[in-house]
Amino acid sequence: MTTVWVPSDSSARAVGADEVAAALAEVEGVSVRRNGTRGMLWREPLVEVETDRGRVGYATVAADDIPALLEAGMLSGADHETCIGVVDEDPWLTAQDRVSLARIGVAEPTDIHAYEAQGGWAGLRRAVELDPADVVEEVVASGLRGRGGAGFPTGIKWRTVLQARDGGADQAFVACNLDEGDSGTFADRILAEGDPFTLVEGMTIAAVTVGATEGYIYCRSEYPDAIARLRDAIAVAAEHGYLGDDVAGSGRSFRLQVRVGAGAYICGEETSMLESLEGRRGEVRAKPPIPALHGLWDSPTVVNNLLSFAAIPMILADGGEAYAARGVGRSRGTQVFQLAGNIARGGVYEAPLGITLRELVEDIGGGTRTGRPVRAVQVGGPLGAYLPADRLDVPMGYEELAEAGGMLGHGGLVVFDDTVDMARMARFAMEFCSVESCGKCTPCRIGSTRGVETIDRITSTPAGAEGRDQLFVLLEDLCATMTTGSLCAMGGLTPVPVRSALTHFPEDFGGSPR
Amino acid sequence: MARAGRQQTEELTPRSARAEMTREISQRHAGERGPLLEILHAVQAEHGYIADEDVMEIADLLNLSVAEVHGTVSFYHDFRRRPAADHEVHVCRAEACQAVGAAELWAAAEERFAHREDVEVREVFCFGNCALGPSASIDGRLRGRVTVDDLATAESGWSR
Repeated sequence: MTTVWVPSDSSARAVGADEVAAALAEVEGVSVRRNGTRGMLWREPLVEVETDRGRVGYATVAADDIPALLEAGMLSGADHETCIGVVDEDPWLTAQDRVSLARIGVAEPTDIHAYEAQGGWAGLRRAVELDPADVVEEVVASGLRGRGGAGFPTGIKWRTVLQARDGGADQAFVACNLDEGDSGTFADRILAEGDPFTLVEGMTIAAVTVGATEGYIYCRSEYPDAIARLRDAIAVAAEHGYLGDDVAGSGRSFRLQVRVGAGAYICGEETSMLESLEGRRGEVRAKPPIPALHGLWDSPTVVNNLLSFAAIPMILADGGEAYAARGVGRSRGTQVFQLAGNIARGGVYEAPLGITLRELVEDIGGGTRTGRPVRAVQVGGPLGAYLPADRLDVPMGYEELAEAGGMLGHGGLVVFDDTVDMARMARFAMEFCSVESCGKCTPCRIGSTRGVETIDRITSTPAGAEGRDQLFVLLEDLCATMTTGSLCAMGGLTPVPVRSALTHFPEDFGGSPR
Repeated sequence: MARAGRQQTEELTPRSARAEMTREISQRHAGERGPLLEILHAVQAEHGYIADEDVMEIADLLNLSVAEVHGTVSFYHDFRRRPAADHEVHVCRAEACQAVGAAELWAAAEERFAHREDVEVREVFCFGNCALGPSASIDGRLRGRVTVDDLATAESGWSR
């Protein structure tokens, strides 16, 4: 029997992995197993054949290619134009510093024995031995900051919840934000589908630390595979004593469940997510009070992004210092970067913070998929700035990007070639905000609609026409109002892509006055 | 007061089979914390959409106002108040897919299915398939690197 691995990741399935797996299952002497993706998405479906040399990969395989590949000796790892050699030795993988993605794509995602064999549960075992305050200090020492985009120190957040508990709060909750709605970001999805136990372990460490007995994973409905995988993983972890009444033999109790969103981008904003988890319209709450003190059902709540939780098992297993040894400036540790849009080698790439945008786009991403010059890169999702091709030397860190007028966000990069119309992208930013605004505050709800109208008037008014200059003043005024007057980051940051498009690409607006 | 009135009416006019089913589904989740979204998902999975009588039933069971339940249903793009079309084409219009031609794909989908009432074309913002765009979900199945020709292929597989 030859074991052949075909990813079950939804990106791989979107380009035919299920058909490939079905075709291979028909072949005599082949046992098909389904792993998560390795993260080299441009190579999907990436079929791996177990050989004496290791697992040999064949890239972008279609079901129709199977007979020819078998003929060429695929089952013995023979060379072929689609063969990428031994996958574990692939330079795109070996150059990474995989902390959160350490186990991704190797085994079946819910194989708990494989998870343990790859170092899983070591962090939780250490966490239950330590005093909760020491666990918190370990996370503080790691320098980990909220990977959802806000960049707030995770350890400080946990400490706040722990202090509230020590101060007499009789209940606390742990909630994972898996409402990954930003375009160009998919690291949460890949991790949830490919290595769900890492999230379960990270959340369980948080729970036993702050004394939470209930946890919620709020997953967007657009991720059905992730929802199913997480539910399976939770059941398996409970069977093996990592969840339930006696977590890892500690005598402490923790129950975890997945809650499904319903197609509202705004629910990725943490207070809106809490409203939604409580079963209401996802309208943002004013802060303060902060969720760490008054979160779910008014109790102290640890709310973290999936990627923040996914860094925790390693931080506890190897120590906060080991994590903090990576990074740049005040941005410590690694980030799972997502290379998306018009890019030749798209996928997930984990590296220490501080790597430059140019390295990610050009060296690692290979430039555009169309082969045309890069014109703009949007960093950090729909609320992030468009940076022009001559500004890609910025190091990827929270402060470093802020200085360049951008933000790290959730670590997604969307690459555009020279055919992009930046006035259209600016209009889209406003349009997206108008569709997805929760409607609670006026600058966001009305401002976004007026923004679309104003950009339309700019692009439909001939250059030099009377009154055209005033439209730019009006748009800037609108941006200022949204920035300063919105309740949350949605309305507050929508002007960022708009202004960056105006600043760096004025020619696309028919020339701006300035 | 209104609640008491409703209960009296219920004794006189029995619930429809649909309402009974909705109540039964809702009861399964009623003991959970913040159960409304879970209930709405389950009711929509059962009936295909959320009707006025479902809203009334859920509100009654959870002791919420009808306005509160209706307001929650209408807030979220996923919940529908009418039956779904036979076929669903959901095209991602977000930035990463726009970088590889989503605007053209969206326009083509709208045009191709404009005359078909049995096909619902809807814009979606991100399936998390941003490295292999443009992305679309056709009858619930996610696809990557979708071309205009793929829409024609999908349509040719549907009986009219």
